Amino acid sequence: MKVLLPTVLAHYTRGVREVDARGATLAEVFAELDRRFPGLRFRVIDEQGAVRPHIKVFVNRVQERSLDAALAPADEVLVVAALSGG
Amino acid sequence: MPRLLVLAGTRKGLFVLEADRRRAKWRMEGPHFLGQAVHHAVLDPRDRRTLLAAVKAGHLGPTVFRSQDFGRTWEESARPPAFPKAAEGERGDTVDHVFWLTPAHASEPGRWYAGTSPQGLFVSGDAGRHWESVAGFNRHPDRRKWIGDTQDAPPDGATLHSINVDPNNPRHLYIGMSTGGVFESRDGGESWSPLNKGVAADFLPDPDAPYGHDPHCLRVHPLSGDVFQQNHCGIYRLDRVRSRWERIGRAMPIEIGDIGFPLALHPRDPKTMWVFPMDGGTVWPRTPIGGKPAVFRTRDAGASWERQDRGLPPAQGWFTVKRQALVADALKPAGVYFGTTGGEVWASFDEGARWHCLVLHLPQIHSLETALAD
Repeated sequence: MKVLLPTVLAHYTRGVREVDARGATLAEVFAELDRRFPGLRFRVIDEQGAVRPHIKVFVNRVQERSLDAALAPADEVLVVAALSGG
Repeated sequence: MPRLLVLAGTRKGLFVLEADRRRAKWRMEGPHFLGQAVHHAVLDPRDRRTLLAAVKAGHLGPTVFRSQDFGRTWEESARPPAFPKAAEGERGDTVDHVFWLTPAHASEPGRWYAGTSPQGLFVSGDAGRHWESVAGFNRHPDRRKWIGDTQDAPPDGATLHSINVDPNNPRHLYIGMSTGGVFESRDGGESWSPLNKGVAADFLPDPDAPYGHDPHCLRVHPLSGDVFQQNHCGIYRLDRVRSRWERIGRAMPIEIGDIGFPLALHPRDPKTMWVFPMDGGTVWPRTPIGGKPAVFRTRDAGASWERQDRGLPPAQGWFTVKRQALVADALKPAGVYFGTTGGEVWASFDEGARWHCLVLHLPQIHSLETALAD
């Protein structure tokens, strides 16, 4: 499936913001991304398994809060990282 | 000729100031990690090569980067500091940012400690590539009581800071927590005890509370092992025989007081140190008293203090110097440096007698560290 990443994560993917990934759930997708781009997962998901505050994950443009959410191969995953503060 | 480095961790990146041993000419390079908060950057004095930086970008997870070539290239930790995953139904902690980095004892090359916000202690045995939770602290049954809850935390989050290793015993560790107090371990981090007797805690109902204090900066002398702290409530020296703190800040001028964030020790003389007092009155402005910045030095372990402000702004100077941002170098005479919330780095090459502004217009400075590099 297609995964769209924010610019703040682009240095993990050598500047590429759209990558293909496999997985039956969001958790599996992030696990695969971390194998290919080490360190990326921890920047998005904390050690307790939760998506970090101010980061949102959308599946087919609908926000998804659970990493156990089932995915289909044709789904599109969008990761958005808010920037705030001075 | 070895180079002198001053590493400035700022709210928006890492900057490296460099001079030769005469300290006459300086140049600055950076920023590294532009836009990302660098709370602390430390060059390993044991190999003079391994450089670690605690980095956090916006709302992304925290991490540690390491360099073996003075920042030309960086490698991210394969396993950054992270709390263990909590059991089902239990509340687990998450590291918000890595706040403090300390190389372990000289006899333990490659071993480092890291302190985080919220208060957690981590160790690396491979020079920062992989970090492990120090279970003796992070899973201590009393840790929750020691650290309080988020209501007790400072605005930028409660931190575990001031990780110090006894130069005479690699397994004897000291830590400071804001809030929580000073704690020590004599078995390499497996067990911990509060070390706060004699320290004031004006914000606690119990004047003899065993923990809950607010040390701002704890330093252990690298040669003698003497222990000092700048606390929210004064400046202290540890009487190691009685394990009791004595308030050496009482000897400060009464109109200045002994409130501040940082404390820096002389590299050779354990009786000499510097503090940067701030206004702790009324609503705690945390600025130089009267807008007149000044460093104060003692040369007798706190029995007396002298004002050192030659070269500093004589008036209308309202910056703050944070707990990690006052340091000394190892040269002779010792150089002393402080970084400000206004992005200035000030230096003295004669142990505080005269000050020079090295750099202007950096982002808010979180930390300074000095290092000698080959």
